[in-house]
Amino acid sequence: MDNNRILEMRGINKSFPGVKALQNVDFTLNKGEIHALMGENGAGKSTLIKVLTGVYSKDSGTINLGDKNNVSIRSPQSAQNLGISTVYQEITLCPNLTVAENIYIGRGSSQITNWKKMNTDADKLLQKLDIPARATQQLASCSIAVQQMVAIARAVDMDCKVLILDEPTSSLDEQEVEKLFGLMRDLKALGVGIIFVTHFLDQVYEVCDKITVLRDGQFVGEYEIKDLPRVKLVATMLGKEMDDLSDIKGEQGTYSGENKDERVFEAKELQSDAGIKPFDFYIKKGEVNGFTGLLGSGRSECVRAIFGADRVLKGKVKMHGKEVKISKPLDAMKNGIAYLPEDRKVDGIIGDLSVRDNIIMALQVLKGFFRPFSKKQAEAFADEYIKKLNIKTASSDTPIKSLSGGNQQKVILARWLLMHPEYLILDEPTRGIDVGTKVDIQKLVLELASEGMSVTFISSETDEMLRTCSRLVVMRDRKVVGELTGDDLTQSKIMSTIAGGE
Amino acid sequence: MGKSMIKKITGHQMFIPIMALLLLAVVNLIVDPGFFKVTLGTNNSGDPVLSGSLITILDYGSELAILAIGMTLVTAASGGQDISVGATIAIAGSAMLRVLCGTNTRPETIQAPIIVAFLVACVVGMLCGAFNGALVSIFKIQPMIATLILFTAGRSIAAWINNNELPIVPDPKFKYFGGFIPGIPIPTTVFIVIACIIVIVLVLKFTNLGLYTQAVGINESSSKLNGINPTFIKFLTFVILGLCVAVAALIKVSRISTINYSVIAKDIEMDAILAVALGGNALSGGKFNMWSSILGAYVIQFLTTTLYKFNVQSDALSAYKAVVVILLVIFSAPAVRTYFSGLFAKISASGKGRKEAAK
Repeated sequence: MDNNRILEMRGINKSFPGVKALQNVDFTLNKGEIHALMGENGAGKSTLIKVLTGVYSKDSGTINLGDKNNVSIRSPQSAQNLGISTVYQEITLCPNLTVAENIYIGRGSSQITNWKKMNTDADKLLQKLDIPARATQQLASCSIAVQQMVAIARAVDMDCKVLILDEPTSSLDEQEVEKLFGLMRDLKALGVGIIFVTHFLDQVYEVCDKITVLRDGQFVGEYEIKDLPRVKLVATMLGKEMDDLSDIKGEQGTYSGENKDERVFEAKELQSDAGIKPFDFYIKKGEVNGFTGLLGSGRSECVRAIFGADRVLKGKVKMHGKEVKISKPLDAMKNGIAYLPEDRKVDGIIGDLSVRDNIIMALQVLKGFFRPFSKKQAEAFADEYIKKLNIKTASSDTPIKSLSGGNQQKVILARWLLMHPEYLILDEPTRGIDVGTKVDIQKLVLELASEGMSVTFISSETDEMLRTCSRLVVMRDRKVVGELTGDDLTQSKIMSTIAGGE
Repeated sequence: MGKSMIKKITGHQMFIPIMALLLLAVVNLIVDPGFFKVTLGTNNSGDPVLSGSLITILDYGSELAILAIGMTLVTAASGGQDISVGATIAIAGSAMLRVLCGTNTRPETIQAPIIVAFLVACVVGMLCGAFNGALVSIFKIQPMIATLILFTAGRSIAAWINNNELPIVPDPKFKYFGGFIPGIPIPTTVFIVIACIIVIVLVLKFTNLGLYTQAVGINESSSKLNGINPTFIKFLTFVILGLCVAVAALIKVSRISTINYSVIAKDIEMDAILAVALGGNALSGGKFNMWSSILGAYVIQFLTTTLYKFNVQSDALSAYKAVVVILLVIFSAPAVRTYFSGLFAKISASGKGRKEAAK
């Protein structure tokens, strides 16, 4: 066997009742290599990772680790002992403990902790990896990126040979991502093999050496990064030629009803208790606009204020020119405003409830406490939207939490579309979901707008916004700093407006 | 017999309480075949009454079943439990006696119609629920801590309502609720429970109470963004439990026509919580199954009655009960259930293999 090889997975099979999650999948990782694992939602990435980390046991296949052939990984603990560490999308550390405690927790065999030694060791490690944190600092006081890095430091210190990063960048802003990449390159130089799972194509091309693509639980191929340009990667992932990723705006007509200049929603001096400066905003019928700005610039807070999700402190709000009062989500819903929140897990899904209940939720609340839908009616609504949005679920009775991220997002989207809103707010609808679904959602937005719905679309990926929005409100430091339309809608113009100081 | 069929049955939420019920039934049948005999006799006043262990279980499990309804809703919405129900039964019961007897502890006739006294008890019960509910939903205090207040103070308040006297209700009609209506051999409590079940079934069918409580229990912030008012829903479930408390208080007080502040409905809150848990409902809130909780209540009563049958001393009762409860809870724990379903699958697979080899 190649000396350089640290991980070899051959012919891995794994089935769940009714689904073949992995069929004969191969995966190879070399020392000092950053290897992207790509595929749409449900392609089997997570399952493969879970087999590797001992969360699931494989049905058949072999795993070779370094010079150990056919190792069996029975639990996350045994994976860790074999030198396989994972850092997940969500921070799985304890925010109320210090950085040092988080690095060493649950590891030493001794019952007595030498706090002093632990702290100096931690500081050394942090310095070595160039992580801007102190050992005695409480983890919660670090930024998300640093927390992510601490998780990696913990893994590194456990003498890991294989480091798995599962969507580590989805809640980081650009600078933080850059820092994380720096750390990844350092680890690479130390000879650690890194498996990198992400939905951001840019990032793959920035740090990775190789790409393995999975599709429908099957191994499609392993490629050197230079052999697989971006368009081809997407095509490989989707299994079809994709040329409409670059331009979908042209396909859809824009709304051209006679009332197209009517302002569906208008806010003056709106302010909520989430710490944004008062702002003015309007949207016309059939328009798609968006809020852009760096993470934390107040994009989400603005739309939350519009929907009444945070406590509104002051401001005037008009719907169709008539003044209305929106102080809680139900008021907004009654006025035909729908809001798909940024954090799907925390604010969107109701995990244990069925897909059906999740779909009818908003309309049901709007209809009233004493007027529940009949089971048949609910069933009909659910089936209609499962079909319309092509939601992949075993049945409408399946709990939503067992769906993949992209399909969960579609369910939440279905929930709001069922309400037939006049004004739809989508806050990061494409975060953490696969390319195919991303394009679907963008197309849907344009289609809805062409039928006369007003849509506010927020995304961290500027090119997505450029593709969908006809007007962008730019934010900096919780303040609206500019508005771009027409020819000004370019990447560089947005950047310079965000940066300011012209 | 399909494997999926077995899985479907063993995986169902009602499986554990039904199995527990069957197990208790079998044990009783083996030890004393006469356990299930129901006889029609007459009571002291010459009216026909049914008697037998089954009737006892149905009769004395009533309060618990009614409380389990409210406790299920509170658990689902708030992810916590109300431990004050025993004490609030004392308060509601005491208020009822105060209305019925006035200031005289040994009145010749009742001072107010029974229905008025019951309605007052309902209001008192709901006020207690509202107090708990406000602490939990508005002030965001953990349910067990919030209800600890009335748990501690409730019985003193109950005693204070009647100046620490023990009034006795003179009207024999008042005894009907916890006993028998002349001419009807089935205990009245059974009808009260049926009425309560019908009400809650109708409420769950014709309102969104079920959907809202579950949504709030599973994801509060998400429910809020869907236009639900989680504060109000939590508050509402405590008020509903308060109403259940008032009905339970009516039965409890009616049984003895008076009250004993320190003993009435003692420890019933723990049994009610246990009923919810036995029914397979998560005590951390979220999804619930009302039937399962009600069945859980009767399982507990079945167990109590069985233990009495075996001549267990009443002060030793809790220890025996605890052992059985530990077993039940362990068997309904997800980890154990997965293990056993895996074992089942293995056994049936190896059985199949042997059969095929024999061919």
